[in-house]
Amino acid sequence: MGMIPGNTLRRYLLNASAAALLYGVIMILIRYRVIRRYEEWVLIQIGYNIILAVSLNLSAGFMGQLPLGHAGFMSVGGYAAALFTMSVNLPPNLELPIGLLLAFCAASAFGVLIGLPALRLRGDYLAIVTLGFGEIIRVVILNLGFTGGAFGLKGIARETTVTWTYISVLITLFVISALIRSRHGRAVLSIREDEIAAEASGIPTTYYKTMAFAVSAGFAGVAGGLYAHIQMILDPSKFDFMRSVEILVVVVLGGLGSIFGSVVSAASLTILPEVLRGFDQYRMVVYSLLLILVMIFKPSGLCGRYEFSLGDAVGGLGARVRGLFSGKGGASGGAGS
Amino acid sequence: MAPVLDVSNLGIKFGGLQALDDFNIQVRGKEIVGLIGPNGAGKTTVFNLLTNVYHPSRGGIRLTGRNTQGKATHEVTKYGIARTFQNIRLFKSLSVIDNVKIALHNSMKYSLLAACLRLPSYWRQEAEATALGMELLSVFGMEDVSAAEAGSLPYGAQRRLEIARALATNPKVLLLDEPAAGMNPSETADLMRTIRDVRDRFGVAIVLIEHDMSLVMGICERILVLNYGLIIAQGSPEEIRNNPLVVEAYLGQQGGD
Repeated sequence: MGMIPGNTLRRYLLNASAAALLYGVIMILIRYRVIRRYEEWVLIQIGYNIILAVSLNLSAGFMGQLPLGHAGFMSVGGYAAALFTMSVNLPPNLELPIGLLLAFCAASAFGVLIGLPALRLRGDYLAIVTLGFGEIIRVVILNLGFTGGAFGLKGIARETTVTWTYISVLITLFVISALIRSRHGRAVLSIREDEIAAEASGIPTTYYKTMAFAVSAGFAGVAGGLYAHIQMILDPSKFDFMRSVEILVVVVLGGLGSIFGSVVSAASLTILPEVLRGFDQYRMVVYSLLLILVMIFKPSGLCGRYEFSLGDAVGGLGARVRGLFSGKGGASGGAGS
Repeated sequence: MAPVLDVSNLGIKFGGLQALDDFNIQVRGKEIVGLIGPNGAGKTTVFNLLTNVYHPSRGGIRLTGRNTQGKATHEVTKYGIARTFQNIRLFKSLSVIDNVKIALHNSMKYSLLAACLRLPSYWRQEAEATALGMELLSVFGMEDVSAAEAGSLPYGAQRRLEIARALATNPKVLLLDEPAAGMNPSETADLMRTIRDVRDRFGVAIVLIEHDMSLVMGICERILVLNYGLIIAQGSPEEIRNNPLVVEAYLGQQGGD
């Protein structure tokens, strides 16, 4: 491990312990019944909404292409995972992760299939074509026998737990942020910045567009798998284009190109309707109002392209505390290790 | 010595317009060639053809001995050609070092899986690429601004960063599209030194499009003059300066007739 710079290693350890700590706290709260079945359900919802938003952010925010068919990929993953767990007879804690893996593969395969023709377009045209593809997926599911058609797929076991959701969210966050900070991620970013210059710099842009689209679709599939095993029924009408729009709203609100923003935005937009239970009817009104307000006052989304770094925050805090003790008082954070 | 760039009978038609015809050029290693001509003569079209942004209607291009016909732009880049753009095309909202590291993409080999799992190959190759990128930036005196956003750099620095990025792809032929555009005489003089320095240090052949005659006459060993898609003259700066055809293309015919 001598390869990893000390700084980065410290950050990794810090993030890992923070993730473990948060998990511990949630588990204790569940143990002492502060978090009950309903709160668990909300937590799981937050989880798959984070996965949906962060994965869409990969293609919409980091690659700068605006697809509108995320709900379609979510449904592919949902049906793939549900059909698998329904047809095998394994312990839940074994068949769910396998189902989620299958969901990833199935959805990303669809991502490649749809991405190859669709990604030749850009901007509004790409949005319209992917919207169309998303609807096609839904209509096909509606008309197939083994998917339960319009009645929906019933009898899915409730296997999604807070733990599996938490693990899936962590994997999504790690993989996508690791991807962004690599040669592959830079290739994706270069497409957003200037496609012609990217090609001239030796980046195979078609390959990377399809790759990012497939990874994005794959994680949407995982979210679909989690969704299927908590709702216990898959109804194709739940995956219409309004759902794709909702996911896009979460991403835009959080900030195109900010993973942290997507997380914050997904969590708040999931909790908001729950807190205002009676307000649920007006969720779309609140969405539109929120969107309009954000577009007026912060057009780049709540977080813009800002990424929160625990390492920086702790480093800054440490410097401040040291400043206090050395008597200078309130030294400005900065430096941060 | 075999030419690094060998272009024969290149021609392209846009609809009914013959934008370029019968274009021949052989560029040897480390040569500096100028491409001049009035506006609309087809100079940038030549660059777009050489990098396969356009595909020729006829003729062929051999780059370091390989035929580039039908290849995508990024493949031709791998063969050893790199370019800058007339209107700067940087990855504006990314850092200066990331701009260079994007062009170092193909010098790294680690897989998608290695990136996502942060395998040792990731750490090693990233560290190497960063070191290589910083070295390149230092040639252009930009190592201090490596973390700055590329779009925030002053104009001259953006031009230099574009050249640094092009060099990061490890080219044998470097195409510069109006590198001195928008520069004052002292900046242009600096640029001339930089271009010569780049040629000597990196051993690349350079083909440049330029309207600034002091730069063209000052550093080009050979000049090609294009007008209406045809080469109307070629030779040393001295020959070009005194060629009546060139003078006519730029200034019009003498006398009324």
